[in-house]
Amino acid sequence: MTSSPSSALSLRNLHKHFDAGRPGLLRRDDRLVHAVDGVDLDLGRGEILALVGESGCGKSTLALTLLGLERPTSGEMYFEGTDVARLRGAALKDMHKRIQMVFQDPYESLNPMMTIEEIVEEPLIVHRSFPTSDQRRARVIQALEDAGLKPADSFLDRLPHQLSGGQRQRVVIAASLVLDPTILLADEPVSMLDVSIRAEILNLLADLRARQGISILFITHDFGTVAHFADRIAVMYLGRIVEIGRTEEVLRAPRHPYTKALLSVVPVPNPRLRQKRTILQGETPNPIDLPTGCRFHPRCPIAEDRCRLTDPPAVTLSPSHSAACLLIENDK
Amino acid sequence: MTDQPLLLSGAAFWKSFRRNRIALAGLIMLALALFAAVFAPVIAPYDPAASVEITIDSIYARPSAAHLLGTDDAGKDVLSNFIYGSRVSLTVGIFASFISIVIGGTLGIVAGYLGGRTERVIMRFTDIMLVIPDLPLTVVIVAITKPRLLNIILVIGLIGWTTTARLVRAQTLSIKERKFVLRARSIGAGHFHILRRHIFPLVLPLLVVNSVLIISLAILNESTLSFLGLSDPTVVSWGQMLNYAFERGAMSSRAWWVLVTPGFGIVWLVLGFTLLGHGLEQVLNPRTEWHHLTDHPLMVSLPAFPETHP
Amino acid sequence: MTTPTTSAPLLAVRDLSIDFITPDRPPAHAVSRVSFTLQPGEAMGLVGESGCGKTTLSLALLRLLPPQGRIVNGSVQFNGRELLALAEPEMADIRWRHMAMIFQGAMNALNPVVTVGSQIGEAIHRHYPFMSPPEVAARVAELLDMVGILGARADQYPHQYSGGMRQRAMIAMALACSPEIVIADEPTTALDVMIQAQILDLLDNLRRHLGLAVIFVTHDLGVVAELCDKVLVMYGGVTAEYADVDTIYNSPRHPYTQELLKAFPDLSKPQAALNSIPGYPPRPDALPTGCRFHPRCPLVFDRCRTDQPALLSVSPVWSSQQSSGYAGTANSKRSGEVRPTHLASCHLVENDK
Repeated sequence: MTSSPSSALSLRNLHKHFDAGRPGLLRRDDRLVHAVDGVDLDLGRGEILALVGESGCGKSTLALTLLGLERPTSGEMYFEGTDVARLRGAALKDMHKRIQMVFQDPYESLNPMMTIEEIVEEPLIVHRSFPTSDQRRARVIQALEDAGLKPADSFLDRLPHQLSGGQRQRVVIAASLVLDPTILLADEPVSMLDVSIRAEILNLLADLRARQGISILFITHDFGTVAHFADRIAVMYLGRIVEIGRTEEVLRAPRHPYTKALLSVVPVPNPRLRQKRTILQGETPNPIDLPTGCRFHPRCPIAEDRCRLTDPPAVTLSPSHSAACLLIENDK
Repeated sequence: MTDQPLLLSGAAFWKSFRRNRIALAGLIMLALALFAAVFAPVIAPYDPAASVEITIDSIYARPSAAHLLGTDDAGKDVLSNFIYGSRVSLTVGIFASFISIVIGGTLGIVAGYLGGRTERVIMRFTDIMLVIPDLPLTVVIVAITKPRLLNIILVIGLIGWTTTARLVRAQTLSIKERKFVLRARSIGAGHFHILRRHIFPLVLPLLVVNSVLIISLAILNESTLSFLGLSDPTVVSWGQMLNYAFERGAMSSRAWWVLVTPGFGIVWLVLGFTLLGHGLEQVLNPRTEWHHLTDHPLMVSLPAFPETHP
Repeated sequence: MTTPTTSAPLLAVRDLSIDFITPDRPPAHAVSRVSFTLQPGEAMGLVGESGCGKTTLSLALLRLLPPQGRIVNGSVQFNGRELLALAEPEMADIRWRHMAMIFQGAMNALNPVVTVGSQIGEAIHRHYPFMSPPEVAARVAELLDMVGILGARADQYPHQYSGGMRQRAMIAMALACSPEIVIADEPTTALDVMIQAQILDLLDNLRRHLGLAVIFVTHDLGVVAELCDKVLVMYGGVTAEYADVDTIYNSPRHPYTQELLKAFPDLSKPQAALNSIPGYPPRPDALPTGCRFHPRCPLVFDRCRTDQPALLSVSPVWSSQQSSGYAGTANSKRSGEVRPTHLASCHLVENDK
């Protein structure tokens, strides 16, 4: 497979393994943590792709790898059609400039001692993007306004603790916008916010995509928030994508039992629709000792004997929808 | 919402500082000492460096109108020596602790931030320094290098950084894990930038508190050295006053004023710095840990509701 | 649990008002005249944005307010006893033994150097000082079993537990003295959906098997819809709306409830646009005149800016018309209570009449 040039980002069989355990003086743990274990993913230009999974499924490691903070163990990453492994020096730095991240916790991800201006200006200083402080200030004000903080001047000298949670998250978004990124990785950007303002932040992200053509990889554990604004949904379990498809395909006709279970536990705000929930017991297993065969079989409510033996390949269900489960043909 | 700004703004800091009586008491004590040290030539009735003619009556003379705190074995005014002595204590305290803080702070931040082998090497070295008893080591080095004021400052400063290094390392470790550091890394910031912009400003309050406490230790160390006879002979210090008093028969002459005065000075300064340090610690670092089943320390139970209900 | 409707409620809160007193400033009205009742085994959702007085109200039920907090009016009756008139030692006896609270984020407040088992044991010992160590150990094992933790894990430390397991341990601790009421303040915030579902399932089962009454303090309307029998929506320290769960979700009358529901993503209606409520809840020391919600209300009219609406009973005819063809909720049967009156504090309710 090659990357299609229409993708902002393409991942091919990406792996990221860590050494398990601390390196002892004499004893070494040779086992590996398979945090990301063969991910294939395309993020189209101007697309919003939701990456859904529980903690421990590898979505955070994947994000750090995309940011260049972790080196992939194997596999390929293409950024706008260019193999990232071939990028060096300035070109590599430029690529990292173009992928920015919005973090989950707007209370923790802002340095409490820096003013809003210093926070939003920081990426410009790090990347020496504008030579003069006047130019930087103009860019900071522009970014704050793009992030919906108006009038921007009134925010410049404030400290994070003087802002509300929603405003802080807008500051985080502004700081990720100043470098004109083409890709935003948004890691649960609304989960720490009040329900009443979540829509504001989601609409802001959707708006940025519409106005500036930014591609967004939206990392979350909550189907509820992505249903309304993602173009596609990818479901990740133990380091691999188990189902991917257009939002309505995945929500209306989920095919992987893990996706079905996740969807069944999303609380529906209507007491008349209390549904039978498929609550998976236990937690995502440790990615050190991956189960044989299908990695989901120990928790799968419909697992059969063969699931223990064969690692299921992705089955194409429609040009845009595929799922990795052996039992899909049984569905018919 | 548990949202405590890590550093208080200047005004807020001063407000809660003023309410902290311990810190305020320490500050006042130190302000008085500093005033005495700076204006010693103006305040002191005599110049300790000037030679005096000694008569039998002027040795260990009792407190009188001419000598409010009496005289010492050389017939010199104790009050003047006492006032000038504060200069040495403060100088040594401030400069030696500055050296300690710079060394300890740097090693602690580097060890905590870089981790890995660097951290292991630095912390092993710190542990070794920590287990060597400070005083004998200081005495030996000062004795070898000759007791000059500069040497005393250097030796005390170079030995007293271990606790600082350990504290700063622990603080750095916890700051390093905070999300805004990860965010800075994700922007593409280098180590130096992160250390300067994100780690150091948050370690600073701890350093300030620690340096105040270290100063009092350095003052005690200097007094001990002088008392043991390892003082700079060219300047008057409180430890030296005690040393002369003990060696030259103040006890047998019942000249209590020669002993009490420098002792009081040492206690005054050490207490002042300690109070200020602990007060600052309370102001800068209010702890709010509590257990699920115990009542929140910030939450007192209400008194029984005043209105009676039938 | 088939309590007859005539029986006295387990908990009856009437006109509870809480002020925060700061020197040199007028008192801030954090909670004003909130009333509700709770039957044994009933689950109530206490809903609103942060800063609406939910947590203050629940702390006041246990008389655990911060030093500036004062209960200035009202009554809290537990099994007919007036809690606000009790002396502190008597109140301490009610706390945890009869009414326990799972604090928000408390799962991160476990002592890292003490095993989970002995932390639960400590809690038991505090309230039953004469229990022998083997009895305490047996009780700890029983509690852990109740919340689905293997007994062997009692000897492990909090860091060996996942977030979900720590939250289970916190629930076990709240159950240590077999209380009749558990107040859970955001019990599932910051947990994954699947773990969230496990914890909610656990609380629901405990409620069924132990006859526990539960107050869920949350901003997650999904959780409330799934688990609660009735709902108290708070805004700016006052009751915005109080009704059974079906009424709140299917015929809400207060614009705040309506807006809140529109802001919550609903997978069953993926086409509906998500709504946000611009602005913030008022600070208790700067309450607007008139209706507290008027600055953010889409249906605001003149009277809202000047008159504070009373808590009015919504015409029952209206509500039964709306839910005609629907044969009651399973929950109102479960608690054996008829639907509570539907109350809302909005001038529009009055206009309808």
